[in-house]
Amino acid sequence: MSVADEFLLPAPDDDSQPFWDSCLEGVLRVQACASCGRRRFPPRPMCPWCRSFDRDWQAVSGRGSIWSFVVAHPPLLPAYSAVAPYNVIVVTLDEDPSLRLVGNVIDGADASLNSVDPSTITIGDPVEVVFDAPVDGIAMPRWRMLGGRR
Amino acid sequence: MKDQTAIVGVGQTAYAKGLPQSEKQLALEAIISALDDAGIDPAEVDGLSSYTLETTEEIEIARNLGTGDITYFSQVGYGGGAGCAVVGHAAMAVATGQCRVAVAWRSRKRGAAGARPWAGVSNRVRGNLQWTRPWGLLRPVDEIAMLTRRYMHEFGATREHLANVAVAARRHANRNPGAMMHDKPLTREMYMDARWISEPLCLFDNCLESDGAGAVVITGADRARDLGRTPVYVHAYAQSIPKQHQTMTNYFCDDPLLGPSWACAERLWARADFGPADIDVAQLYDAFSPLIPLSLEGYGFCGRGEGAAFTDDGNLEFDRGTLPTNTSGGGMSEAYVHGFNLIVEGVRQLRDESHSQVSDAETCLVTSGEGVPTSALLLRR
Repeated sequence: MSVADEFLLPAPDDDSQPFWDSCLEGVLRVQACASCGRRRFPPRPMCPWCRSFDRDWQAVSGRGSIWSFVVAHPPLLPAYSAVAPYNVIVVTLDEDPSLRLVGNVIDGADASLNSVDPSTITIGDPVEVVFDAPVDGIAMPRWRMLGGRR
Repeated sequence: MKDQTAIVGVGQTAYAKGLPQSEKQLALEAIISALDDAGIDPAEVDGLSSYTLETTEEIEIARNLGTGDITYFSQVGYGGGAGCAVVGHAAMAVATGQCRVAVAWRSRKRGAAGARPWAGVSNRVRGNLQWTRPWGLLRPVDEIAMLTRRYMHEFGATREHLANVAVAARRHANRNPGAMMHDKPLTREMYMDARWISEPLCLFDNCLESDGAGAVVITGADRARDLGRTPVYVHAYAQSIPKQHQTMTNYFCDDPLLGPSWACAERLWARADFGPADIDVAQLYDAFSPLIPLSLEGYGFCGRGEGAAFTDDGNLEFDRGTLPTNTSGGGMSEAYVHGFNLIVEGVRQLRDESHSQVSDAETCLVTSGEGVPTSALLLRR
């Protein structure tokens, strides 16, 4: 199988390694400033509000709501074409509406990217994080629908 | 630097898929055409300004073109956000005496599938893109579709509005013999029936995949008045990276729908003797149709959330709009060369040379990529 037939995976780096390590534990964590306490995403070395380099990682509830979404159709990389059309969402975390993560809505952990009918997805829908089984050391966080609507 | 420099020559190659020349040769063809247009000998060129995406180095341009000593050279990053800044840097260099005759250009071959920037060689995604691409948000169109859905949700924009943008651009291209879509009409029905690329965006919401190059020549205002062409003055220029911005995947700041055009516009208008109501014609960066309503709002032609409705009733069309926009067909219907054709068309409008000429056009706003660190120019004659 060539690289083109595989799903893309992140390359953890100095800033992101704790995020991906936490996903392997099945916990969604975001970076926070250890000085002023503000959470931030994506992670980076310096707090843009108080300029402190002190930082830690805080577990969040893993619940949020859909801020926006797309439904991707080919032409796409082969691995993604094979499951298209599929959704990609941006989730606003319940803890802090300024924190948003990209993901997919799927029908439970390890389900396919096209396992939820895109016509059932609406902005504002509540979602909860699920983690795929690790592939090459990465457990991708994705999202499943919760009941109700906000 | 207000009105201290002028664009005195424009040039471009043919635009097509699969041109045989190299990017280097296309760049040289566009530059020599612009110098011929200006009536300036290539040996006089002493400034070079280009995009970081450019594959041809300044030394290659200089030794092919047979320039004298190059005393100013610079590049601007962020792809389609760079175009107006490339001209702006050249104008600043001329205005401050770093050089006397500057050339700015963009040459690009994109017509082949292998040239797509998302056709990677590794399945590991580095840097900021690790937060988006692994989930299948692969292409620029996906990244902008995400903002578009939210824009529709917040402000009531519809696909009818995006069709307004696509149809107006195509109408202008149909009048422009150099446009890739010159012979291909686009109706509203064709738009509505088009295949999806990334919902809510369809095929006709996307720019073209093009090979080609464009170039402009910038020199001092005094010299410009001695040349044969109508000088097109660089009245104002601005750049912006707004707070907490993250290029195309700008989902992480407080309000992702307040794109870089807002911060750019604030500085641009502050440096100008006129405002949005005085603009006769606009060339707005259009890699994707929703960038037009977002730019109309950012640059102050209407209120926030009103950009979509602004496109109604042919309001972008050259002969019946209050703001004729992308009068060559733009990136969606003339060619996509990271917005450089928009700059060339802006100059042509002010020289009364457009195929969709706006009568008595004296002022033109040209913008670069909304959704990336951006730049804009105010041109006047």
